[in-house]
Amino acid sequence: MPRVKVPRKSTAVDMTAMCDVAFLLLTFFILTATSRQPDPLEIKTPSSSVQFKVPDKDLTILSIGKGKVFVEIIGKDVKMLTLQKMAELYSMKFTPEEINRFGVISSFGVPFGNLKQFIKMNGEERTKFEAQFQGVPVDSTRNNDLFRWIEQARRATAELHQTEMRVSIKGDAKEEYPVIKKIVDVLQEQKVNKFSLITSAEAGAQ
Amino acid sequence: MAELDTSGGGGKKGGKVRSKKQSTKVDLTAMVDLAFLLITFFMLTTSLSKPLAMDIAKPDKDAKDENRLEVRESQTMTILLGKNDRIAWYMGKAGSTAPTIEGFSDIRASLLKNKKEVKDKTGRDIIILVKPTSGANYKNFVDIMDEINVTKTNISAPAIDDDPKHLLEAEIAFMKAKGIL
Repeated sequence: MPRVKVPRKSTAVDMTAMCDVAFLLLTFFILTATSRQPDPLEIKTPSSSVQFKVPDKDLTILSIGKGKVFVEIIGKDVKMLTLQKMAELYSMKFTPEEINRFGVISSFGVPFGNLKQFIKMNGEERTKFEAQFQGVPVDSTRNNDLFRWIEQARRATAELHQTEMRVSIKGDAKEEYPVIKKIVDVLQEQKVNKFSLITSAEAGAQ
Repeated sequence: MAELDTSGGGGKKGGKVRSKKQSTKVDLTAMVDLAFLLITFFMLTTSLSKPLAMDIAKPDKDAKDENRLEVRESQTMTILLGKNDRIAWYMGKAGSTAPTIEGFSDIRASLLKNKKEVKDKTGRDIIILVKPTSGANYKNFVDIMDEINVTKTNISAPAIDDDPKHLLEAEIAFMKAKGIL
């Protein structure tokens, strides 16, 4: 009986279409991904089982670690307006270029008096410069730099987006409670009684 | 498909030197592999890098607020956060019942037990009073708030009282004796 010969077909598959789709998706994800800026402070956030995600606008993040506080105002427009308001308050002058540069700085931890110098620097110098200071000064409960930053940022948010700004605290797990309390007191001084604590997802959380 | 006619140059015609045409087919397997690897990476990092937020509401500092309620002793559980990740908790009035010292692994069971006991005894929901002391760290605070959240003992919001002046004599004495303050 003659055997039926199956014609051998090439196993090579045409990858062109697959490649196209893959790169299309890749481009999409790269563009939508928000690049993460390195944190000036090494912070290991405690974990919790909450599932609520941090919003990505109208927010100020206070990073607390090693007794220092760093402020990060989210949103370039809010950040720039906040600086303008702060400059008025301290009667300092900032050029439009300086304000613009400030708009792209993620977080800062220097006294307001040294901010002008800070803005002029590049990334590496900034980290060194910040190391000299104890973060944003929080010496008293009222009328310190941190108090004013939050106050002005709230005003700027209300002015630009007509919403109440949220305040998030991103504390290091090892940070002692009194340091956190000092910051919370500053917030409560201006009647910010509701705020959120940033945590990481717990392994095996329900 | 992007494939050109690759039939050989044919015979020599007119003495023209023709370079041998090579196939333009490129093996895309490696490229696709790489692309999918990157896609996976970006997909995972975009959704996972977003941190989570735990909402905390603290009582207003203004003492002349009329909305203040006196809490019943029978339904309060006070949780003191001490150093070395230790917790001391007691029911009712300070000094009347001996506080229990626990670690964070056991507190969940205690919370559930007390919640049930209070509900059975008084028919009311438990009120939790959290007092972080100077020895506690931030992680302890987040952990206890999370435990309260997980055990759903926060039917009425837990009261956070972190003013060192509000620590009662009996509480200080007890915590000192146990070496967690």
